Amino acid sequence: MTTTQAPGWYTRRKAKSAATNKPGILGYAFLTVVILGALFPLYWSFLIGSGDSSTITKQDIDWLPGGNFLKNAAAVINEPSVGFWKAFTNSIIVSTVVSASVVLFSTLAGYAFAKLKFKGSRGMLLFIIATMAVPTQLGIVPLFIAMSQWFHLSGTLLAVIIPALVTAFGVFWMTQYLTQSLPDELIEAARVDGASMIRTFWHVGLPAARPAASMLALFTFVATWTNFFWPFIILDSNNPTLPVALSLLQSNYFVDYSIVLAGVLLSTIPLLILFAVAGKQLVSGIMQGAIKG
Amino acid sequence: MTTALLDDRQVRRIAFGNRLSHWDFKLSPYLYVSPFFILFALTGLFPILYTAYVSVYDWHIIGGQGDFVGLGNFEWVLGQEKFWLALRNSFSIFLLSAIPQVIFALIIAAVLSDNLRAKTFWRMGVLVPYVVAPVAVALIFSNMFGDQYGLINNLLGRIGLDPVGWHSQVVPSHLAIATMVNFRWTGYNALIFLAAMQAIPRDYYEAAMLDGATKLRQFFSITIPSLRPTLIFVIITSTIGGLQIFDEPRMYDQSGQGGASAQWLTITMFIYNQGFGQTGGGQFGHAAAAAWLLFIIIIVVGLINLAATRAIASAGTRNGK
Repeated sequence: MTTTQAPGWYTRRKAKSAATNKPGILGYAFLTVVILGALFPLYWSFLIGSGDSSTITKQDIDWLPGGNFLKNAAAVINEPSVGFWKAFTNSIIVSTVVSASVVLFSTLAGYAFAKLKFKGSRGMLLFIIATMAVPTQLGIVPLFIAMSQWFHLSGTLLAVIIPALVTAFGVFWMTQYLTQSLPDELIEAARVDGASMIRTFWHVGLPAARPAASMLALFTFVATWTNFFWPFIILDSNNPTLPVALSLLQSNYFVDYSIVLAGVLLSTIPLLILFAVAGKQLVSGIMQGAIKG
Repeated sequence: MTTALLDDRQVRRIAFGNRLSHWDFKLSPYLYVSPFFILFALTGLFPILYTAYVSVYDWHIIGGQGDFVGLGNFEWVLGQEKFWLALRNSFSIFLLSAIPQVIFALIIAAVLSDNLRAKTFWRMGVLVPYVVAPVAVALIFSNMFGDQYGLINNLLGRIGLDPVGWHSQVVPSHLAIATMVNFRWTGYNALIFLAAMQAIPRDYYEAAMLDGATKLRQFFSITIPSLRPTLIFVIITSTIGGLQIFDEPRMYDQSGQGGASAQWLTITMFIYNQGFGQTGGGQFGHAAAAAWLLFIIIIVVGLINLAATRAIASAGTRNGK
């Protein structure tokens, strides 16, 4: 059903080019349009974010950025009800701690599931995979009760970090990777040499897991940085993460979009930098995960 | 043989070492998986089970656990007009995002699978929106879809069309929110499809070519059926994500009530407002019941999707033969 709606011009062109497997000019033109579409909203937020409050009500759109970005950025940073630097630091702390923890525990469990034989391992792994289908909202009320009323962690970063310390996806991901890419002979050789289990993990398992572990770290970092629902519930305006701070920026009684969108860009820049550095790995991570998925 | 040469102490040490290594061997796997299970039991499994408990009690954020009400909370939720509006909105936004997204992602993947120059550049380009937080996406698009001064209405006006009530009307607001979802996820899904396309053996295409199959025919008879598991994966994940949508509609305006007549209120927003909202929130029993209803809906829709995708994909295989 879905595919029959693909435009005919495209599939015909694809049909022709697949013979040589080289794209024509149309292919490049199409991709250029797609990428411009992907970048345009960011450019738009720079356009508005670098203007002044009158920019948005102008009838003629100024397609070139104005000169007020730094001024607007300063307004965001200095807005006391938002606490931008606090939010920025919080996001860095939460994303880093969560990524490190997810990678460590996922690698440990993934190594055990992939390479060690123990009773009940199959059932446990199936259970982990099954839990991936459960929506996060399902447990949100008890999680709130536990965090705020039992442990009195409401409003603290720990309340955001603790529920994110492990993910079923992480264990599944590392299990898949290590099953395929770590030869049993290597582990046996280490065992024959008299290495203990943990030494074997440390010197054989961990190095083999590195490519998948760095991808998992990237994904977890991006997911944690952009996460909103739970932090929005459990954190308050004194101690937000960046998405929560953005929501505060918008809910202020006046909405000056040039300031809001300057804030959007400020909060996105760190991830754009990360993407510029590690985007290639992120891409290959998605490509790998898909084959297994 | 060699044992004869060992003195008593050495024998004992080796025996001890063996026993230790035996336990090391037996216990280590459980030790390695235990951090996951302990943390998961506390922060994942327990809340899910406890939600069922909360959902059958009258439970308020201040007063805590109240009377046992059986299915009363479920009845209450199902009797709310807003719940049904939210259900309609969630489905509408989900369909408006999932269908164009899968089609568009397939097209992009097909172009990316050609032998492009600067492959990595193009692949990274389509992935850029993925690193933009949904809240940020919502703020940008909410501005572009502004009813009065928004970019989209401005452009519509220039080509002589009337402005659209992107925030005031039902379908336009759903379209705007679906656009945000599509913006963030299309490139990601395109890369997933691309990976699956590259795993299809070249021989299939060569054999089809020898049989005189057109390229179009090859796409529908080889590529699409081979993508079946990936199609199922993408459709199921976008179902789960689509029906849970919160960030984008929550940030589409300032108040987070889903518009004046709940025209873009979603189920997760309904749950949030019941449990934690500024006005009329704190009703944990209601929120827990609504969360269970959402879970059941997701499972049912997921199963329907699974069956439908299987049928469609295998129909493709039959036609191809």
